Amino acid sequence: MDVLIIGLLLGGTYALMAMGLQLQYGVARIMNLASGETLVCGAFGAVWFFTAYKMSPLWALIGVVPAAFAANWAIYRFMILPLVKRAKNQGQLEVDSILATFGLSFMAIGILLAMFGGEFLTYSYLATSFQIFGQPYALNRIVAFLCALFLCVALYVWLHHTRAGLTLRAVSVNPSAAGLVSINVARTSALAFALGGAVSASGGALLSMFLTFDASLGVIFTLKALVIVIMGGVGDIRGAIVASFILGLTETAVATYIDPGLTLASAYILFIVILLVRPEGLFGRRPS
Amino acid sequence: MNRRSVIKLAGATALTAPFGFRNARAQDATIKIGVVGPRTGVMASGGAVTHWPNFKLWESEINAKGGLKLKAGQKKVELIEYDDRSQPGETIKAVERLAAQDKVDFIMPVYGTGYNLAAAPVYAKYGYPQVTQAAVTDQMDALTQRYPKLFFVQGSTTSFASSAANVMKKLKDEGKIGNKVAIVNVADAFGIELANAGRPIFQQAGFDIVYDKSYPLGTQDLSPVMRAAKAANPDAFVAWSYPPDTFGLAEQAKIEGLNVKAYYSAVAVAFPAFRGKFGASSENILGAGGIQDGPAIRDYYKRHKEVTGVDADYWGSPLYYSFLQILTQAFEGVGSMDRDAITEYMKKNIFKTIIGDADIRSQKLTRYWTVGQWQDGFFHAVNGVGFTDYKPVRLKTGWA
Repeated sequence: MDVLIIGLLLGGTYALMAMGLQLQYGVARIMNLASGETLVCGAFGAVWFFTAYKMSPLWALIGVVPAAFAANWAIYRFMILPLVKRAKNQGQLEVDSILATFGLSFMAIGILLAMFGGEFLTYSYLATSFQIFGQPYALNRIVAFLCALFLCVALYVWLHHTRAGLTLRAVSVNPSAAGLVSINVARTSALAFALGGAVSASGGALLSMFLTFDASLGVIFTLKALVIVIMGGVGDIRGAIVASFILGLTETAVATYIDPGLTLASAYILFIVILLVRPEGLFGRRPS
Repeated sequence: MNRRSVIKLAGATALTAPFGFRNARAQDATIKIGVVGPRTGVMASGGAVTHWPNFKLWESEINAKGGLKLKAGQKKVELIEYDDRSQPGETIKAVERLAAQDKVDFIMPVYGTGYNLAAAPVYAKYGYPQVTQAAVTDQMDALTQRYPKLFFVQGSTTSFASSAANVMKKLKDEGKIGNKVAIVNVADAFGIELANAGRPIFQQAGFDIVYDKSYPLGTQDLSPVMRAAKAANPDAFVAWSYPPDTFGLAEQAKIEGLNVKAYYSAVAVAFPAFRGKFGASSENILGAGGIQDGPAIRDYYKRHKEVTGVDADYWGSPLYYSFLQILTQAFEGVGSMDRDAITEYMKKNIFKTIIGDADIRSQKLTRYWTVGQWQDGFFHAVNGVGFTDYKPVRLKTGWA
């Protein structure tokens, strides 16, 4: 039973890492290799608010989310949009965006380093026990899980039951056809990119409650998010959510029943198996 | 030339500029000291606490006095720094550049065991002494034989593992703790070496190892590990861990209420950030490192914070400063930057430093502390090699 709960909590953590990249890659078609750095920026923002103003990370989100949204909008508008305009096809855009965001991640690391230094930043918030069915769990992980759940549900509802969400999904299915039905594709992609960045940053702020961060850790989160997004299938937010929870449960089960040393191996074996059985990912669309 | 190739040329020039151009300075006005270390990458967080600030502190203190007192006159020091991005290949390249291109007068050690060992041939090729602190290995004898200018201001891997085991053994023999121990280790070189060195010692000491597992570096959720360790009902807990998991395991132990009277976690317990995060809960936690309290030490921590803005740690930082004191005395004792003479000077003298008398005549530090414990907000040394008195070990009584 507690394997289930720990697995779900871990799945929530992973969902926070992956949902931002899902929006950016699934809709805006930008493989943002700097998404881990966006997450770390969000975490640093929360650390700063906590250590300087004793503000809970949940309140810090009020500052972190709009800042991340604006910054990612600016990145899309000034750095990515020229690449989109000159890309002759999807493949070229992906290559260009990978290279560009890769460079962006180094820039972000340098800026974070200059602002915060290279040391570990960590703080203690809600690091108390909360009993569920007689077993203690970290309260901060539970809070992060609830926020992740809220975010998942909110994003899903917004994408599937509102007009704006419909616009986003239309662009993700076929950008040129979307343009034909008078959707402003550039603006929608920018919105998706900025929203994805805001989600990543808020994920970072929530994760900072119980994970230790330093300026160089972004790449680990990018890697995990990438695995989850590809496994879940590009283009559908449900994919990232479901894949995160499957991954969380698998890793916890392996750590508890087999060996904690095999968690990474099991994650990647799962990844390979899913891609062999269903190459487009769990919720992906097979290219026609 | 069309516009595109002009831009390409400008771009290429801009990229190579930091390496090609150095400000022209009067040749002998300053002593050029090369420093390579991690500003970015996985080792950056450790380097930011132990490596970079010590050199900054040393440079500011030397230059405030007017410089190094050499036979040719008093000369200020100038640091030339390169970021190796936590990649051994870059470390080697940067050391090579300092030696061959910048032609520095001295090259400080790099940060990290693997990095120091990778760069050792380059130091040796150009005849620079390599006085390392951040290098923990069991191969010191073989390495000092092969590289006569390589010095270790640090202990061996086995000594760290055996000291921790001996601290636990002493508590068990005194009847203060039971004989059941849970051991976990991070599946990275250092963690694996410590685990392999420590396991037989625990077994021979009569401990019952009730949990013995490893976990990958960077594991985000250590609760399965901690929960399983707790379920095995240990009397003592030992984690051969690295910074992110040291923090993660301790937090999990606190949440789960792991009731052990002795808790040891290897790397980063000696960091001020550990105390900062856990506060009173860090009391009586054991870790690698430790230092003997004293006025010189307290003064060092104060100056370190004032000059660099960073709180020094309780393991590598004082040792770094000690070897900088050794080097200063060697430079001024020899009176020049002659590398062979400096090496000989270090092999013939014992030096007065903030850790007491430092003897590296055999190219290895003879006395060092291996285990520390947080007691009343200071990470006191409770075990070591070559010292006679240590602070007594306290039992952990819950997670306040």
